[in-house]
Amino acid sequence: MNKLQNNKAWLFVLPVFALVAFNAIIPLMTVVNYSVQETFGNNEFFWAGVMWFEEILNSERFHASLGRQAIFTASILAIEMPLGVAIALTMPRKGPWVSVCLVLMALPLLIPWNVVGAMWNIFALPDIGFLGYTLNSLGIDFNFTRQPEDAWFTLILMDVWHWTSLVVLLAYAGLSSIPDAYYQAAKIDGAGSWAIFRYIQLPKLRRVLTIAFLLRFMDSFMIYTEPFVLTGGGPGNSTTLLSIDLVKIALGQFDLGPAAAMSLIYFLIILLLSWVFYTVMTRNEEQ
Amino acid sequence: MALTLKGVTKRVGNAVHIHPTDLTFETGSFNILLGSTLAGKTTLMQLMAGLERPLEGEVWFDGKNVTGMPVQKRNVSMVYQQFINYPNMTVFENIASPLRVARAPEVTIRERVCTMAELLRLTPMLDRLPGALSGGQQQRTAIARALVKDADLVLLDEPLANLDFKLREELRDELPRLFADRNCIVVYATTEPTEALLFGGNTATLFEGSVTQFGPTRQIYRKPNSLLSAEVFSDPPINVMACEKKGDHFEDADGARWTAKGTAAGLSDGPYTLAIRPHFVTPAATGADPVPVSGRVLVTELSGSESIIHFARGGQTWVSQSHGIHAFEVGSEAHLHADFSQALYFAPDGSFAAAGATQS
Amino acid sequence: MAKITLDDLRHAYVPNPAGPDDYALKQLDVSFEDGGAYALLGPSGCGKTTLLNIISGLLAPSHGKVLFDGEDVTGLAPDQRHIAQVFQFPVVYDTMSVYDNLAFPLRNRGVAEADVDKKVREIAAMIDLEETLQNRASGLTADGKQKISLGRGLVRDDVNVIMFDEPLTVIDPHLKWQLRSKLKELHQRVKRTMIYVTHDQTEALTFADKVVVMNVGQVVQIGTPVELFETPSHEFVGHFIGSPGMNILDCEVRGGKAFFQGQEVEAANAGAVKVSDSGPLRLGVRPEFVSLADSGIEAEVVKVSDSGRYQIVETRVGDAPVKLLVNEGVEIPTGKTALSFRADRTRIYRDGWLVASGETR
Repeated sequence: MNKLQNNKAWLFVLPVFALVAFNAIIPLMTVVNYSVQETFGNNEFFWAGVMWFEEILNSERFHASLGRQAIFTASILAIEMPLGVAIALTMPRKGPWVSVCLVLMALPLLIPWNVVGAMWNIFALPDIGFLGYTLNSLGIDFNFTRQPEDAWFTLILMDVWHWTSLVVLLAYAGLSSIPDAYYQAAKIDGAGSWAIFRYIQLPKLRRVLTIAFLLRFMDSFMIYTEPFVLTGGGPGNSTTLLSIDLVKIALGQFDLGPAAAMSLIYFLIILLLSWVFYTVMTRNEEQ
Repeated sequence: MALTLKGVTKRVGNAVHIHPTDLTFETGSFNILLGSTLAGKTTLMQLMAGLERPLEGEVWFDGKNVTGMPVQKRNVSMVYQQFINYPNMTVFENIASPLRVARAPEVTIRERVCTMAELLRLTPMLDRLPGALSGGQQQRTAIARALVKDADLVLLDEPLANLDFKLREELRDELPRLFADRNCIVVYATTEPTEALLFGGNTATLFEGSVTQFGPTRQIYRKPNSLLSAEVFSDPPINVMACEKKGDHFEDADGARWTAKGTAAGLSDGPYTLAIRPHFVTPAATGADPVPVSGRVLVTELSGSESIIHFARGGQTWVSQSHGIHAFEVGSEAHLHADFSQALYFAPDGSFAAAGATQS
Repeated sequence: MAKITLDDLRHAYVPNPAGPDDYALKQLDVSFEDGGAYALLGPSGCGKTTLLNIISGLLAPSHGKVLFDGEDVTGLAPDQRHIAQVFQFPVVYDTMSVYDNLAFPLRNRGVAEADVDKKVREIAAMIDLEETLQNRASGLTADGKQKISLGRGLVRDDVNVIMFDEPLTVIDPHLKWQLRSKLKELHQRVKRTMIYVTHDQTEALTFADKVVVMNVGQVVQIGTPVELFETPSHEFVGHFIGSPGMNILDCEVRGGKAFFQGQEVEAANAGAVKVSDSGPLRLGVRPEFVSLADSGIEAEVVKVSDSGRYQIVETRVGDAPVKLLVNEGVEIPTGKTALSFRADRTRIYRDGWLVASGETR
């Protein structure tokens, strides 16, 4: 739809444009700049071409953190999406409990991310944390600071606790917008609850679930604060996800060139995968 | 003062929504856009209001080119099919809102809102919220809000479509009265031919994004310029049959013959399409030129005061609408009469050719 | 197939109804004969949709019973009652083809696939959807979707009643004619009980053999379209049915004769009016039964509107408005004229209700 021209309109866009330039475009260009140069300090830079990109793409360290990242994101999506829909389905549609449920669901989303990390760190401590202590007293040897499996378990559990609510709220909004007539028609047609889910609720939720999936994919792929506070990437490198690794290279080792190249590769991976998911998930819509 | 569309078009992507359209509406006129859903009524209104910009062509108002002017700068008001009011304002404040925007003095606001409320029978509800009103009252509030400022152009987009049958009848009666002594251009979109007839005024018949005809409503109903206009402006759908003129008579594929009368007598030989409205097809022979027609009865609807007989005739479904109760067995052969003095003949390209009577 | 009986039915949406005003449905005793075509007609909020939902089992009545063939089904869920329903806005299963939509109710009930196929094709032919069977249901137009909704009811052999809740709301006028006559035709073919809810008198009168007219939670009259048109038993029916509705005029009755605006009018039931009864008396005569005359009731023509077939003539008799219908093409006098009311179609109402001939109400 082409809207009416308004010659003064661009003036109103100017501040936003300036802000975006300052916030996104200038830093991004700086990163691009670093990624193709080599520096040995003293603010001296030498042209390096695609050297850093090659180095990163061939480095085992990058492959390992990318692999961990993929496993993490795939696991939490596999848990959070079905779980979120399932919880949304069991929530009441009418009555006084609706608002209670909604507030309870929204609570985890309102907690600052570093607090979430700190909370779960304490919660899972094997000696004093409620979770760690309980598991150990049940005879399970649980120590997330020493055993990689336990660290992963805690990490995924924390993310599920933190973010499933988002899927629940989106799915619930989607469910509430289905007219009653659909449920009534299905009842009359003798459909069971599985058929109702499969042929009415799921198709009608398609759009919101696409959005939920993309949001959760992007957020989890970029996750930093919570795992950093919880495990710091350890034990060893076992929970070093992409962003944690990136920060280690950039700030820990001050390798500006490789860090910049890695940032760009990271960015492109997210962009590409989001595009692929979006295309696949909306492909059949207009048939 | 007049609103003129000069060759406006509208496209969305590859889909043409409005083909090149020229229309002129005079001040003080009541104009109806008649056509089915998706015929382009709403798009045309949005172009008039300035909510959409035409792809090509110009919109002129009062001698000025207003093509690029945004809607806020034009003195336009609009009523929609959905009852749109501010939910948290009282009826009074709803009606007053355009005046508040225009910073009218409080005394004027009070006076004009009360006049409008009186006209639309909303006075007892002025302190209530729209949610507490019936559908008819909510739509009356929306109409009052559209009329309270002296808009130059009032656009009504199927305002009665969501109302109960009887409420529709009531408001249909009231609406023309509201505009009677106003100096504005009214444009009213509807899908219902009967509604257009009851309002009178001028009608533009729309079909798939084109205006097929524009002129005084009754004239278009009685003298459509094309088969398309006749079809758009007919409820129930007009009956049609292919026929051929041979000398002083017409023949159809089934071998029926009838004498060419009226202006149709002067047509040259060749194929034509005859169209006749359902109420001229009746069980009894009536009118100036009754000709027998028959067909297999598909279904009869008896409404208490009239009979509607659907029958198959020469591969087409025909409808007969007549007074009284005429029960026909489904599947039987019905022998009816059509008053061909009321028939319209169209050339193969769809344009009007002649009538079955000498038209005045 | 079944006869449906509503026995002493009442419904209130509030938990503890105090007075009659709390009831969305007041006292109902109605029977729907097996295989009949019925319409529930009334304005918004008259309780017709509530009644529909009670019959289909989507709503439990707060009082009374619903019987199918004498068997109490009040406590049964919709799928146990074997009913079908077509809603105001088309309900189709978007992701399925037209074929799968029609097959859905049968598959849910475990019908063998060969029988499903046979039945689906039979019904698709009946509702003219054969050509589009393999298309996605979501791609169809509104009337096509409504046909699917109807088809899902028709494929089942065990359906007691098919109900329609204002099914033509979203259909264009041209297609309305087609779909409406299609429904009527289908009813005549399959002879299932059908109940059609609407506020549109034309739809109700053309579809139904019997129309149940409702107003504020009450049945006002049950009758054939002809009965409702010719002898409305309440002013409301006279007003609600017919377009324009019946003229309802204040009158007096003296010595078995009716007087309207001081002029004597012949009325079919004037002799039955008892002077001893109280309540306002009114005269009801439909615009169809008023005609222009050389002499008779003195009137003045106020306005003429052209509806194509008819001219609706508004006149004024004294201070009372009287409408009449005159055929297309007839010359209407301006200013003073005279009217005649058809005597056997002019009736007297007391307190809204028709004064029954030969007896007091």
